[in-house]
Amino acid sequence: MKPPKFDYFAPDSVERALALIAEHGDHARFLAGGQSLVPMMNFRVATPSALIDLNGIADLRGIRIDDEHRLHIGAMTRTREIEMDAQIARANPLLHAAVPNIAHMQIRNRGTIGGSLAHADPAAELPAIVLVCGAAIQIVGPGGRRSVGAMDFFEGIFETALRDGEIISEIVFPTWPAARSWAFDEISRREGDFAMVGIAAWFDLDASGKISASGLAAIGAGDTPLRLSSGEQILIGRSPGADVFARAAEAAATDLQPASDIHASAEYRREVGEVLVQRCLQTAWERSS
Amino acid sequence: MTIPTPYIGTSIKRLEDRRLLTGAGRYIDDVKLPDMAVMAIYRSPYAHARINGIDLAAAKAIPGVIDAFCAADIETDLPAIPLRLAPFDGFERFLQRPIARDKVRYVGEPVAVVIAPDRYTAEDALDLIEVDFEPMTAVTTVDQAAAGETLVHEDAGENMGTSYRVGRGDADRAFTEAPYTRRERFTTNRHSAVPMETRGLIAEFDPDRPLLRLHGATKVNFFNRRHLAAAFGLPEDAVELIETDVGGGFGARGELYPEDYLVPIASRRVQRPVKWIEDRRENLTATNHSRDIVCDLEVASTEDGRILAMRATVQGDMGAYIRTNGGVVASKAAQFLPGPYRVPSFSCEVQFLITNKTPVGTFRGPGRFEANFCRERMLDMVAADLKIDPAELRFRNLMEPAELPYRIGELVPGDVNATFDRGNYSSAFKRLLDQVGYADWKDRQGEIVNRRAYGLGIACFIESSAAGPPETARIIVSADGSIEIRTGASSVGQGTETGLAQICADYLETDINLIAVLHGSTTLVPTGGGTFHSRNTVMAGNAVRMAAETLRSQCIELAALRWNTDSAGLAYQNGAVHRRDDPGTKLSIAELAIFAESRDGEELASDAAFDNEGKLSYSYGAHAALVAIDVATGVIEVEKYVLTEEIGRALNPAMVQGQAVGGLVQGLGGTLLDHMVYDDDGQLLTGSFADYLLPTSTELPDITAIALEQSPSEFNPMGFKGAGEGGIVAVAAAVGNAVVHALKDHNVQINDLPITPDRLRAALRAAGA
Ligand SMILES: Cc1cc2nc3c(=O)[nH]c(=O)nc-3n(C[C@H](O)[C@H](O)[C@H](O)COP(=O)(O)OP(=O)(O)OC[C@H]3O[C@@H](n4cnc5c(N)ncnc54)[C@H](O)[C@@H]3O)c2cc1C
Repeated sequence: MKPPKFDYFAPDSVERALALIAEHGDHARFLAGGQSLVPMMNFRVATPSALIDLNGIADLRGIRIDDEHRLHIGAMTRTREIEMDAQIARANPLLHAAVPNIAHMQIRNRGTIGGSLAHADPAAELPAIVLVCGAAIQIVGPGGRRSVGAMDFFEGIFETALRDGEIISEIVFPTWPAARSWAFDEISRREGDFAMVGIAAWFDLDASGKISASGLAAIGAGDTPLRLSSGEQILIGRSPGADVFARAAEAAATDLQPASDIHASAEYRREVGEVLVQRCLQTAWERSS
Repeated sequence: MTIPTPYIGTSIKRLEDRRLLTGAGRYIDDVKLPDMAVMAIYRSPYAHARINGIDLAAAKAIPGVIDAFCAADIETDLPAIPLRLAPFDGFERFLQRPIARDKVRYVGEPVAVVIAPDRYTAEDALDLIEVDFEPMTAVTTVDQAAAGETLVHEDAGENMGTSYRVGRGDADRAFTEAPYTRRERFTTNRHSAVPMETRGLIAEFDPDRPLLRLHGATKVNFFNRRHLAAAFGLPEDAVELIETDVGGGFGARGELYPEDYLVPIASRRVQRPVKWIEDRRENLTATNHSRDIVCDLEVASTEDGRILAMRATVQGDMGAYIRTNGGVVASKAAQFLPGPYRVPSFSCEVQFLITNKTPVGTFRGPGRFEANFCRERMLDMVAADLKIDPAELRFRNLMEPAELPYRIGELVPGDVNATFDRGNYSSAFKRLLDQVGYADWKDRQGEIVNRRAYGLGIACFIESSAAGPPETARIIVSADGSIEIRTGASSVGQGTETGLAQICADYLETDINLIAVLHGSTTLVPTGGGTFHSRNTVMAGNAVRMAAETLRSQCIELAALRWNTDSAGLAYQNGAVHRRDDPGTKLSIAELAIFAESRDGEELASDAAFDNEGKLSYSYGAHAALVAIDVATGVIEVEKYVLTEEIGRALNPAMVQGQAVGGLVQGLGGTLLDHMVYDDDGQLLTGSFADYLLPTSTELPDITAIALEQSPSEFNPMGFKGAGEGGIVAVAAAVGNAVVHALKDHNVQINDLPITPDRLRAALRAAGA
């Protein structure tokens, strides 16, 4: 469990990092928290010829709320910083609630939001939160800057819309309405393990008390985090309540595309995914009313 | 002689902890010798394949690589790894050689070795080793092994390592006549000890001297020395096994493995010290697995639940080879099936099947954990069938003090004298029930609180300890008054140093801080028994006591010489000899050590060996688990756990507690998490800690472990029984029973381990929940 030889660079600016990746080409990788990449290197599953360490680039780090109350999180912000940040608790309570489910504190101290999105593990929490919130992923690369919506970012197991040599610079979460109802829940074998299945949910009400907008997303139930639009549609225009939540959960379950592995069967994931959708909606509703 | 015992029986802090907790421990990877190289092993990626050729050229060509070798390079060094325990006839056909020659039989089997200055270079070289494998069908289940269509060892002509039948009474007749019978199949999951510190060895092999020094040894060093000496054609005194600090053994570490031969061979080839540290990926395929049995169990009883007979077939999945522990796991599973109960007739067929998996060895409570799960689950089923409270059913069947000692019969071939010693099983069980408030729980089984169903499960156990050869101790007093204990027993992290020092301090009536304990290494004492079967406190503890008693007499004799007086007028007290007629006149043990030294350089030292002549003490007790199950998700939480264990006498109650809690948590792992999963091709799917799940601090229930000291062992003067394994033995049974009670409305049964959310939901789904 030792990696082969690799070169190591520690640039202090995004420009330097981009220049280095251009120079070292296909087999170079960016290093963020290293909590996914380094184990893969130790197993020799990943064998980069060079690591370009993003940890020294101050511009990539930080949490900020702009004038329109959008939440900006720099790609190199540690998961633990998100967990401990008081303004995030208000600016995106769903994100704040999901983060403690990621691994263990020691890993959250190192792991970054950008790393998690770039790695794109289908059972990871942050990709699902980004997806269910409709966040935008800011990217810089050889071709300049671009922004990719979360719906278009996750393409497959460990596959994203990132092109060679591109860096995630920032994640921008849309404004979070203060009255929004939300919940996150997941089932894992032990505390800190990747979820067998997990659900993030939110909905907004209109003046008449009917659901006007909703978001449902699942982790561990497909090749990417999934938006469960069949479930979301059931909710729209209806008043919150146990029956509606049950119907929405049933519909949402049809959007799950789970596979079996040694920890849980596809059947388990589908069945418990449905249970969690229902529970999340109920919790969201109880918490806000 | 009555002496005060301020240390024995008190929870003094462990002497080794300051060193270990401040990072001053010296584990095998901390040992660095001049000019030391490291070794890495190319392990089979196939479960079953013929080897048509091995090409090491590219690996050897890597800059820095010192040497590489495979079986063809060491033809003369391929002794079979010996059988130490339960060496049943037939096993000799399935022994392992240190390195694969023509065929590999499990994923992880050593095929080639690289020696390099560092592990990085060595692993680079491993990547370039080319082996021409011809994959064969893998045998991955006991049924497939029994069918024998594919043979793991062609020369043996079968995959049956051996099989035998044991029993007592006339079980078949009892079954024909019994008013009630039930039959069930149980399986216990393959898992492993997985100590925090993996194995590691450093060999210094100088063939000219000759000397083979092997650092990193533990557990049974004198046995291992004998076999290594024979394997390398050395006299025994030319082989030194050196024990460092050990980060956990649990039965798996310290057995002879292929690496115990390969590391010395590597050192001899390159003429320098060679280190090998097992990494975790290796650890999960290379270190013994355990527990993997299938048990078909039948019970016959009267209408009022009095057991008449048990019949069983126990099939052990042994993996690809029979290693040092021989048939321990399945044979002990069979022997302990009747447990502490009155089972007049018993008959058991035991089969040891060879498959293409990692070989099996012992793991804390070997066979006991498995037997206990099968029997205690069955008893709960019987209780439900006969509408008898499960605790009441157990009381009706537990052997009473008047029935003990009880010769259990030859339930392991050759073990004709096995005898449960005195005890009071019902009383330990009752203590448990009182502690958990069982009377209140009876009617609350299955109660739903916050959408979780609650269940309380109970199980009784009995467990043997302190088998094996005598144990040795030597006590040496230095001129500065410091005292050194040397023992052939090993310390694997369980507090042996503290325990032995407590005994020595009491019997020499000295300050414990004067005492240092050196353990395990073959250089310390001429011979020793080793550490297994919860035997250290019993065996090494009594050896230390004997050595201390001898030393007291020696001190008196020396003082008599010094004072030129009759020893009858002298007495030993508080670490000194004084005159009975003038207690103020004293010679301390330090002064006596100086005096001894002045007489021809004599040492003030004494030796002892304690032999219990194979008379085992049995610890016993009961466990209770309170579980809460989220019915819709199958998530199980063990909320509360209570256990009682009769251990005769607690040397250090805090350490006893630690053993019970540690065992129990390991047992929870085996019940709910730990599982070596193989696919049909014999690939291990749980090859890292991402997939092989150990219990962590977040999985701990509220634990109460009660050590009982009501039935001291008759087989050693201090009354100790083993206390290392009772914590694990009944965990799967208690938790399994609790789960069934919690889900009683759905009639879910637990016959297979581990109990996972996925499996529970599958069962609940089938039951329409
Ligand atoms: C024991 C353990 C348990 C875990 N459990 C969980 C869990 O429950 N849930 C969970 O979500 N995660 C879990 N993780 C993963 C952890 O959260 C990772 O840290 C995270 O997924 C990756 O973040 P990182 O900063 O460590 O990225 P790294 O490991 O450094 O990088 C991962 C990949 O992303 C690329 N990359 C990183 N940053 C950027 C960037 N800014 N732009 C472009 N590419 C980039 C790297 O080149 C690499 O390919 C666990 C990890 C461990 C070790």
